[in-house]
Amino acid sequence: MNTKDVVYIALFAALLAGLGAVPPLTLPNIGVPITAQTMGVMLAGGILGAKRGALSVVLFLVLVAVGLPLLSGGRGGMGVFAGVSAGFLFSWVIGAYIVGLIVEQNWERLNFVWAMAATIVGGIFIVYLIGIPWLAIAAQMPFLKAFTASMAFVPGDIIKAVVSAFVVIQVKKSYPLINR
Amino acid sequence: MTNFYYPSGSIVHRLSAGVKLAALIIFGTLIFTVEDLAGLGFCGVFLVAFFCIAQIPLRVAYRQLKPALFLLLLIFIAQYFMVGFEIAVFVVVRFSILILAAGLVTVTTRVSEMVEAIEAGLRPLAKWVAIEKVSLAITLAIRFIPVLGEIVHEVRDAQKVRGMDRNIIAVLLPTIIRTLKMATEVAEALDARSFATLDRTRTDKQKL
Repeated sequence: MNTKDVVYIALFAALLAGLGAVPPLTLPNIGVPITAQTMGVMLAGGILGAKRGALSVVLFLVLVAVGLPLLSGGRGGMGVFAGVSAGFLFSWVIGAYIVGLIVEQNWERLNFVWAMAATIVGGIFIVYLIGIPWLAIAAQMPFLKAFTASMAFVPGDIIKAVVSAFVVIQVKKSYPLINR
Repeated sequence: MTNFYYPSGSIVHRLSAGVKLAALIIFGTLIFTVEDLAGLGFCGVFLVAFFCIAQIPLRVAYRQLKPALFLLLLIFIAQYFMVGFEIAVFVVVRFSILILAAGLVTVTTRVSEMVEAIEAGLRPLAKWVAIEKVSLAITLAIRFIPVLGEIVHEVRDAQKVRGMDRNIIAVLLPTIIRTLKMATEVAEALDARSFATLDRTRTDKQKL
């Protein structure tokens, strides 16, 4: 890990914070409001790769934990990690890692389909795989109930995965950071 | 940039961040061994006492709990209909206490003290973790949060002229490219000032 890696990790963590301050944006022609921050998690892995991407998310969560109000909606502090939905926050780390891993493995042939496979598996599947059982256990509610409650967010997440995949491809063309 | 720190100079504020974090971990573990409402009530009174000692006004404490209220309400409703009133109250009260306990650490500890506590906590791991790199990453990230906010703002302004400031791709792409370019420049500037050789000088000193 050289200086460049450290700075990429730090500035991407700062970018995640910056995205939290953006009011929900809409997609052209669709009109669904999207919070930019959760997309940043898919982008961290897809742009920086597995290790650096996951570390930038860890760093971002550390900044939230030490008391900066960086989560979208101005949330932050130790309290957010004590709540029932904390599993989703922790899942971001592994999610970003998996997105990065899939992107790295398929770097040479990376096209929109591969990028989307990465953002869906890492950014949606992994996040729910960790977040839902955590919610179910923490809130002592049946797994199925936690599952159905969380499913409301899936359509929005799929749109985020599509947008992230598109951005990952564009960044690969103009400013590639993953060397394979 | 704002944060949650509420200065009142109490004895809780003066405790070291490491002690507060350790206390929070112990408290958080103990509260999960409590099995009835009376025990939770005791934990609650204990916590309220600490809020009083720390001289935290009610609105500051409430601000820590507020973001979680909606989800807690949903859980209360779900629990109430599935397993009954008592369990519903128990689960929601336990999480409220936990969130407030964590919130107390947040409002009584400066961000800089927290960062120092992290660095101190990492010191035993110095063999595997390059602490000065962790410090650099934390410091850089905090320093660059306002800068990145500014870049997002500028890009949105530029796209507004084109009528695209609500288009997420038109905002994200230029923001990311600018961030990465800036990161490369910052890294080059750091290396020009010999940050990369820091590891070696450290080990040399240790050998001497």
